[in-house]
Amino acid sequence: MRYLPLSDQNRADMLAAVGVASVDDLFADIPAAAKAKATFNLSNSMSEMEVERVLSAIAAKNINAAQAPSFLGAGNYRHHTPASLDYIIQRGEFLTAYTPYQPEISQGTLQAIYEFQTQVALITGMEVANASMYDGATACAEAATMACRVTKRAKVLVSGSVHPHYRDVTATALRFMDLHIECLAPDPVGVEDLIGRVGSDLACVIVQTPGFFGQLNDFTALAEACHAAGALLVVCVAEPVSLGLLKSPGAMGADIVVGDGQSIATPTMFGGPGVGLFATREKFIRQMPGRLAGETVDENGRRGWVLTLSTREQHIRREKATSNICTNSGLIALAFSVHMTLLGEVGFRRLAELNHAHAALLADQLETLKGVKILPSAFFNEFAVQLPKPAAPVVEALAKRNILGGIPASRFYPTYPELENILLLTATEMNTEADIAVLVGALKEVLS
Amino acid sequence: MTEIVTTSGHRALQIEQPLIFELDTSGSTAVDLPAAPKVRTRLGQLRSDKPIGLPGLSEPEVVRHYTRLSQKNYSIDTGFYPLGSCTMKHNPRLNEKMARLPGFADIHPYQPQSTAQGAYELIDTLAHWLKTLTGMPAVAMSPAAGAHGELCGLMCIRSAHEANGQGARKLVLVPESAHGTNPATAALCGYRVEAIPANAGGRVDIAALKAKLGPDVAAVMITNPNTCGLFETECIEIAQAVHAAGAYFYMDGANFNALVGRVRIADLGVDAMHINLHKTFSTPHGGGGPGAGPTVLSAALAAFVPVPFVVKGVDGFSVEEHAGVGAAKQSLGRMKGFQGQFGVFVRALSYILAMGVDGLKTASGDAVLNANYLRTELSAELHPAFDGICMHEVVFDDSFLKNTGVSTLDIAKALIDEGFHPMTMYFPLVVHGALLMEPTETESKATLDQFIASLLALARKAKQGDQAEWFKGAPRLAPRRRLDETQAARKPVLRWRKPEVGAVVAKQAAE
Amino acid sequence: MSQLRFTKDHEWVRVEGTTATVGITEFAQGQLGDIVFVEVPAKGKALSAGGEAAVVESVKAASEVYAPVSGSVTEGNAALPDAPDTVNKDPQGAGWFFKMTINNPAELDSLMDQAAYDKFVADAS
Repeated sequence: MRYLPLSDQNRADMLAAVGVASVDDLFADIPAAAKAKATFNLSNSMSEMEVERVLSAIAAKNINAAQAPSFLGAGNYRHHTPASLDYIIQRGEFLTAYTPYQPEISQGTLQAIYEFQTQVALITGMEVANASMYDGATACAEAATMACRVTKRAKVLVSGSVHPHYRDVTATALRFMDLHIECLAPDPVGVEDLIGRVGSDLACVIVQTPGFFGQLNDFTALAEACHAAGALLVVCVAEPVSLGLLKSPGAMGADIVVGDGQSIATPTMFGGPGVGLFATREKFIRQMPGRLAGETVDENGRRGWVLTLSTREQHIRREKATSNICTNSGLIALAFSVHMTLLGEVGFRRLAELNHAHAALLADQLETLKGVKILPSAFFNEFAVQLPKPAAPVVEALAKRNILGGIPASRFYPTYPELENILLLTATEMNTEADIAVLVGALKEVLS
Repeated sequence: MTEIVTTSGHRALQIEQPLIFELDTSGSTAVDLPAAPKVRTRLGQLRSDKPIGLPGLSEPEVVRHYTRLSQKNYSIDTGFYPLGSCTMKHNPRLNEKMARLPGFADIHPYQPQSTAQGAYELIDTLAHWLKTLTGMPAVAMSPAAGAHGELCGLMCIRSAHEANGQGARKLVLVPESAHGTNPATAALCGYRVEAIPANAGGRVDIAALKAKLGPDVAAVMITNPNTCGLFETECIEIAQAVHAAGAYFYMDGANFNALVGRVRIADLGVDAMHINLHKTFSTPHGGGGPGAGPTVLSAALAAFVPVPFVVKGVDGFSVEEHAGVGAAKQSLGRMKGFQGQFGVFVRALSYILAMGVDGLKTASGDAVLNANYLRTELSAELHPAFDGICMHEVVFDDSFLKNTGVSTLDIAKALIDEGFHPMTMYFPLVVHGALLMEPTETESKATLDQFIASLLALARKAKQGDQAEWFKGAPRLAPRRRLDETQAARKPVLRWRKPEVGAVVAKQAAE
Repeated sequence: MSQLRFTKDHEWVRVEGTTATVGITEFAQGQLGDIVFVEVPAKGKALSAGGEAAVVESVKAASEVYAPVSGSVTEGNAALPDAPDTVNKDPQGAGWFFKMTINNPAELDSLMDQAAYDKFVADAS
């Protein structure tokens, strides 16, 4: 087997050194009765080309976005990946390194984390960011539990604009910690009253920008109401490219900003792995979950970086840790950081403008269709559309025409019949004007 | 040896590299984009034209920046990485190639299910392997990493207790030698934690465990092989006692690499176990992640599996996305966005298919053989914390350093100069000054022999006496000497900030 | 007239009348190493004997400081959070953590005196 270096002669020599007759003898501590049952009806080893054949055949059963124009988003976005990005993250020194516990031989990873933390803090408008969480949804749950620790309160309010996965993962986490959550109904047209619900029992209010249905909101007044009540404002960002063009959550007064960096870091990859972004105010750092890289000096006074404030974490604090997270999304955080570095201030802004222009173009053309209404008055690269008929069969009909034409809201909200006709559509820099014309033309046929 | 000082600060292949923020050329970018179509914008009042503060670099500068950073990292591609409990094995590039097939990389989690049948088939195929290798009837695929899998297992356990009217059980028992994630996870699940002591042989003290079992105990979490590198020989008896007390048996699967193809954990009486795909099944650790922590479940827990999960029907695959209905009626809810760590699943299945069940069994054998070879050969100077054969990792205590003034940490730092990544240190907590080594099966005998020679030489040097100062100065050959972690923690600097204009002028004046 | 007492968790308590000053011992600071973070309780916080009162952290360890007796906090050492190394330099002087009232002086009887504590430390190491 090509991944195993030991030869039969090596094994014989090593067994002799250890003083046992066979490899099986090394497993003598495992109860024999249990070992006897270990028979498996599974395939044996394969060559590289055989594995490639098997997996390529499975991959071919999917319609990928290179084969069909795709207008899908809802927290997972298809953007262009610069060629140098994939080269950099495939360098073995990044790809095959462990968590940087030995700083003297991990300065590459540590400096990259420090740069990532700074970039995340800058685009969210916050003071500090951590080294990453699993994804946006789990980062949101961590923000909710952190808000409960900071405020010593036990109730969280979730806006109907929040991604339903972020909401559900947060609800699961809070339920098992015996904390309370109130989730408002999905809010595609932006009618909910959050400020009126802020009270001194709340640990935090969780909102999202752009909202799940695409709407853009300024949460400055909500932040003020939260702070007056001693609560925190948590702002989720599922599409961080939007931060190139929009007022940052920090500028609105957010206390914790969470999000998913997938859109900047990786291909859509069927939704994972992403990278959870987590930023907050400096005064809360000791209540923060996750790893942090910090600057220091070595014995010769040269600048370097280490993992720091580790006493918050499970390997030291155990049952009193701020989170149980250990493995995070290091490589995806690196990919995020590399892409942000490639873009720079100018590129990030242009990318955001291009996204918005394509979405606005799509909206303009959709508005020419009878019975089609764009719901949010302001949006970034994604918006909900009210159709004259149920969205789910429309999407199936578009798929038959080889178009991945949006996501029916009913797939996320099956128990809300009033959302049945709502379709979520996204256009990024990857959707050409020709793609948009194809979608709008097909939609016209399907709706007629 | 006098330190050689260069004008640039570089040292041949070790190149000093500033932060990206210090390389900023305003207006520069490494990404050229087409012009945006002219349209009426619809951003409302939310548009912001305030500068963000991101630096501008060209493509060659960016590529060089990260290439130089990479050269300051140790990695499994460059050398031996015997971190105990971390299973740093070779990461085949075939896995990467497969994960980049457009049919896997360029698909969306919410495209119509009819257009993603291959994705569901891939998840289902990996699930089949994981269930078969463990003998367990169900697996939750969505947990993102080991600790997340632990949380999944304990959430299923609490859900089962509540469904059975046993919600008053609020205690989880965890051995003293456990990973820190175990007690942290139990706390996140609303449980109190009590420690179970180890016996002198490094295994769970079964009498102490039984004494703690009672109607308040929800679960027992045990790592097997444990963090001392030993198989819990009384595992089946422990499972029986736990079940007799009405509790569930969670097994931490971080060390599953020792058991693959040798024993099915279902036959040890386990109710739940997470599997670290990024350890046992060779997906890269990426400097901290991502991982994946699928969690296998017994029949008693299977109904509580979190959504989403793939269902195989007569017309193909579908996915249950909502708890409380259909096949997910008793599901505990959602733990993770979308469909789990799909990209990691592709890599793990690529490895599993390449190895096959025969290769996987050979791999666990070689992993255990390599660890025992280290144990035997290093015993010439080091002291194994426990007698007898170990599993895939071996732990030594620091008694060989007694009265030398040299610590476990010093040995580790000296190993860096020898060109090796240090072992895990000071863990497990039950071993004084622990040195925990896990060689994995992907290391050759020649590499092990080199490592053994270096470590034995360091041990002999320490034992000579009067060497403490030399050891405290290690490492000397790495990109950095020992870093001041105290300063980093006392005055945390967690991000770059633009220097104040006054400070820049003062610095220039000083230079 | 003050008396000095010690707990098994390596806190010292100096009793003056009905108030007590509490800190961690020279032995404890030595075991922790460089202290990087200290959190002291606010004035008025009610403490019960053996309950968590303050936090002390080094780079690789975190530890609670427990209340040696029951009472309420009259003052936390406001200088410590900004200069945690004071605990290393002068653990039983300027490195005190908090002052508290003593509800029940009888609770002091279960604590060790200097000689008993010295023996306790010698036996432990």
